[in-house]
Amino acid sequence: MDYLAPTTVADAIDALASTADSRVFAGATDLIPQIRSGRPEPGLLVDLKRIDRLTALAESDTSWTIGAATPTSRLTEDPSFSSQFPGLSEAAGLIGSDQIQNRSSLGGNLCNASPAADSVPAMLVNEARAVVATADGTRTVPVSDVTTGPGATSLQAGEFIVEFEVDKPPANTGDAYLRMTPRTEMDIAVVGAGARVTLDADGNCTEARVALGAVAPTARRVSDAEAALVGKPINDETLAAVAAAASAACDPIDDKRGTIEYRKQVAGVLAKRAVKLAADRASGTATTNGESA
Amino acid sequence: MTMTEEPTGAPSYKWVGSRSVRPDGLDKVTGKAQFGADLKLPNMLEGAVTRSPHAHAKIISIDTTAAEAMAGVHAVVTAADLPDLAEAGAKTDDIFMSEKILARSKVLWEGHPVAAVAATSREIARAAAAAIVVEYEPLPHVLTVTEALADGAPVLHESMMTRGVDPAPETASNAASRAVHERGDLDKGFADADVVLEREYTTKPVHQGYIEPHACVADAGQDGRANLFVSSQGHFSMRAMTATTLGWDPSQLNVTPAEIGGGFGGKTTIYLEPLAVRLSTKAGRPVRLVMGRDEVFKATGPTSGSHMKIKMGITNDGQITAAQIWMAFEAGAFPGSPVGAAGMTAIACYTVPNFFIEGFDVVCNKPKVAAYRAPGAPIIAYGVESIIDELCLAIDMDPIDVRLKNAAVEGTQASYGPEFPRIGFVETLEAIRDSEHYRSPVPEGYGRGVASGFWFNIGGNSTATVHVNEDGNVNVITGSPDIGGSRASMALFAAEEFGIDVGRVSTKIADTQTIGFNDVTGGSRVTLATGKVVIDCCRTIKQDLRRRAAKTWDCEIDDVEWVEGQAQHASGTETPLSLADLAAKASRTGGPISVTQSDNVRGAGAGFTTQLVDLEIDDETGVCRVARYTTAQDAGKAIHPSYVEGQMQGGVVQGIGWAFNEEYIHRTDGTLDNPSFLDYRIPVASDLPMIETIVVEVPNPNHPYGVRGVGEAGIVPPMAAIGNAIERGTGCRLNDLPMSPIRLLDAINHRH
Amino acid sequence: MSRTHVNCEINGDHVDFLSESGASLLNALRDDVGLMGVKEGCGTGDCGACSILMDDRVTCACLIFAPEAEGRTIVTIEGLAAADELHPLQQCFLEGAALQCGVCTPGFLLAAKALLDNNPTPTETEVRYALAGNLCRCTGYDKIIRAVLEAADILAANAATNGDAK
Repeated sequence: MDYLAPTTVADAIDALASTADSRVFAGATDLIPQIRSGRPEPGLLVDLKRIDRLTALAESDTSWTIGAATPTSRLTEDPSFSSQFPGLSEAAGLIGSDQIQNRSSLGGNLCNASPAADSVPAMLVNEARAVVATADGTRTVPVSDVTTGPGATSLQAGEFIVEFEVDKPPANTGDAYLRMTPRTEMDIAVVGAGARVTLDADGNCTEARVALGAVAPTARRVSDAEAALVGKPINDETLAAVAAAASAACDPIDDKRGTIEYRKQVAGVLAKRAVKLAADRASGTATTNGESA
Repeated sequence: MTMTEEPTGAPSYKWVGSRSVRPDGLDKVTGKAQFGADLKLPNMLEGAVTRSPHAHAKIISIDTTAAEAMAGVHAVVTAADLPDLAEAGAKTDDIFMSEKILARSKVLWEGHPVAAVAATSREIARAAAAAIVVEYEPLPHVLTVTEALADGAPVLHESMMTRGVDPAPETASNAASRAVHERGDLDKGFADADVVLEREYTTKPVHQGYIEPHACVADAGQDGRANLFVSSQGHFSMRAMTATTLGWDPSQLNVTPAEIGGGFGGKTTIYLEPLAVRLSTKAGRPVRLVMGRDEVFKATGPTSGSHMKIKMGITNDGQITAAQIWMAFEAGAFPGSPVGAAGMTAIACYTVPNFFIEGFDVVCNKPKVAAYRAPGAPIIAYGVESIIDELCLAIDMDPIDVRLKNAAVEGTQASYGPEFPRIGFVETLEAIRDSEHYRSPVPEGYGRGVASGFWFNIGGNSTATVHVNEDGNVNVITGSPDIGGSRASMALFAAEEFGIDVGRVSTKIADTQTIGFNDVTGGSRVTLATGKVVIDCCRTIKQDLRRRAAKTWDCEIDDVEWVEGQAQHASGTETPLSLADLAAKASRTGGPISVTQSDNVRGAGAGFTTQLVDLEIDDETGVCRVARYTTAQDAGKAIHPSYVEGQMQGGVVQGIGWAFNEEYIHRTDGTLDNPSFLDYRIPVASDLPMIETIVVEVPNPNHPYGVRGVGEAGIVPPMAAIGNAIERGTGCRLNDLPMSPIRLLDAINHRH
Repeated sequence: MSRTHVNCEINGDHVDFLSESGASLLNALRDDVGLMGVKEGCGTGDCGACSILMDDRVTCACLIFAPEAEGRTIVTIEGLAAADELHPLQQCFLEGAALQCGVCTPGFLLAAKALLDNNPTPTETEVRYALAGNLCRCTGYDKIIRAVLEAADILAANAATNGDAK
């Protein structure tokens, strides 16, 4: 394998165009294990981390911009980002150990396209957007349009994500991400659930977003769960409806990490817990950060 | 950490029982310690192994021409390069070991080595190993004891007729052997019981999980000899096994033990070593051969999966009257599971008057199992300690009281035969019963479980040399690889015996040319057996030092005492002579001060442990968190308390992983689905609380300091303790390991 | 096979080495630079035995391509002690019996250093989660956690008396 570390987006595009057998990488935390387990080596490795824009983290009045190769530890360590997006921050922070956190990135986590990627449900409920570099400039797409199946994305050859944009939430909004893993750390999520809830002065939900990971070929929003909340208070009845909708929306597989039955059941449990946590944050009554379920 | 009080009249020591810094510690915290993969020799080649992708297949042909033609490849070996031990009429075990090293006519599990390569770089070696073309004829395979014992199951070894069955079978099967332990009258025993329960249990293979993959460097000369640098638990037995596989005499090999990055029994056997030596002889250059983590999982020796059926009876006042056990353990591709030791340890904690224990050693298409910390005992204890807990619940009696009522004590005839001398099982039960943990209330939503365990511990062959340098400092040289901190204990023994500061003692583990024979580091034997010969050396030297002082003072040896590091004249009229003084004059009093002693040490003391766990249980997801854990274990005498505690804690945590998460997951095609630390899940730091240790000391009467082995018993009870906690917290009894969240949630869903 | 010339700082010295572009930094440090204290336990980032500090951040050397080290500052276990004095973490590990076989120890020490550099007064839970990426099979983690907490106290006391950050 040859190695190049361009310092501009344009140079990276040119490098990728120079050979079809090229591959971008950020933290390599998926790439290297995949090569070790026998996946074909790319002829050219294009390291994105020397491009300043790709490792930036910036806040404007209305949104945040996160470089696609920014290490997720930068997100969890940023007090401003973490307080505005506790769920997305925690989700990013659950991608592996501290060692992994200093390398893993939202771009890598999304484009590796594992159905169990931890940051994706949290990005979906925050309706993050991906800015994609192409030979002709950039295009911006919702994160929900990027993954198309396990290991597959809608990016064309020679394209890569430069950065993510996520709009600041309205007042009285909270987000959360919970996952089920057999150990407390170091595991791939068996089930992941993200939620974002906005409450009005009476405690009724005005906007709800619920997303599940690891229970379908891609992470996805659960519209029935969201519908069960809008216009209603967060109580046992609405949470039970969320759980039922989440379980029904699953399309999981049996594998060495979990069974179909288990994933469906626990998806319901985590969806309702994530909604509850998001709501507590929205109303300012959350007491813990709640890592995994 | 708490320690029970010394019994009155017990000796007090200055060094034994203290927490000195271990002699090998500095090199380990600075990165200087050399493990098996860390040696670099000039001209060294790198090795790689070609392995079977099939669980069971005939080898039709092996074509190495492409590999041999590759630039940078210096040697390729196959079974053709090793002696055919079957043709030579060797012992069956040696034939099997040789076939494990390199397949000859059949491959018996996915990962079975077929060839090995040495080349100028790791990349070239791997490419060459991949370029070896093997033609296979796949055969049907069996993965569990149930499949292996089924009628019409494919047979792994055509000549395997079950031993231990009468009349002896005439057709081959996958049951290698049967062993029985029995006593009394089983029917009467069950008739005497008020409650009888019957249960079935299954367990999966689990791996020792040492962090250091197997690694060695072989350097063969053109004189038919070779040096081997290898991390192993026993370099003498490694030398013997490697020599047998190569058709060499053991003395043609000099084996130097590297520092070993964990063993737990799994590094008491050979995998890479004959390959490395043979590659080195063919290439005429040193060869380093290191396993990748996936190879460790696929091609070394986990412990057995099993199927067990247990029936036990108890009276309403808590007397166990009878036990019947049927068990079948997976041996993997060749015979030799620990089912025999399981049969011996199954009810060894208790006085059960009537029992029938039957165990089968069964081969199947998985890697040949190797020893894993108290081999066999943890597996059967999962069943026995679980069923005892169910019996306690049935008669509504405290689980510690029931165990106390049935506890083996001094004079009990052990279930496996001999009469127990002084033992400390009761003391471990009492320590748990009286602990603050046991007396504290069980929090809401938690479950609490208790279980006990036993391991024999062994003695065996050890040799040690001790010499006194001209400055009066002492060298202790042994041949027991240090896997738990034993060098620290050897130094403490020498310091105590001589009455000198432990900082004046250095330790070394010598190679096979430099020290006499030593059995493997296993069976919790080193502090006991190697310690004993070290102590013998020190005592012999003290006699010699007294003789030298007597010569110096021109008096009788009986007038000389050795006190606090000095020879003293009984009359007090002479200035005492220190070790340094006597060493400085050594030439004039008989020459250098050096003694070597060997012994086949007997008198190992049985080890018992009782453990207590509180689990916080999430009954919506089936996830359990270990909230609190206390273990009490009889160490006889804790020579170095920190390392005794470390052994206890390490064994407990391996048991916790075994209880919840660890298992070999095979696909239906016989290939291993989880050969990585990502999906073979051992506990991580955030999974656990501190592990509270209570070191019980009931001295072993057969050791100068009362030592009992401590390395193994700790792993025996945790799985049952956790299963018992789950039942008591949820009402659900899980009888299959691992007790994963998936299984627990399923059980919770089905409870009434 | 192309080899890349890499210039970086390792344990305070300028070091340059040649490495296969596709080799990991773990392989480069061991095979090309000769620093054997960095251990391979798994090669896939699941065990932390190869933990190093790169630009003050703890990472697994097995998950870094060797050329990525260009211009970076790397610390391995060989660089943790001062010339004649152990780092308090090393001293606490020795005195607290926080190692048995020792193969995981270099990784733990560097991960613990990174933790204490960023969070000088961690709770037990924070230590456990910070070290969750380092597997140990011998100790059950108890004495490791205690040694790290002990070292934190010592470093804090040193900082108070010296006014130093580290």
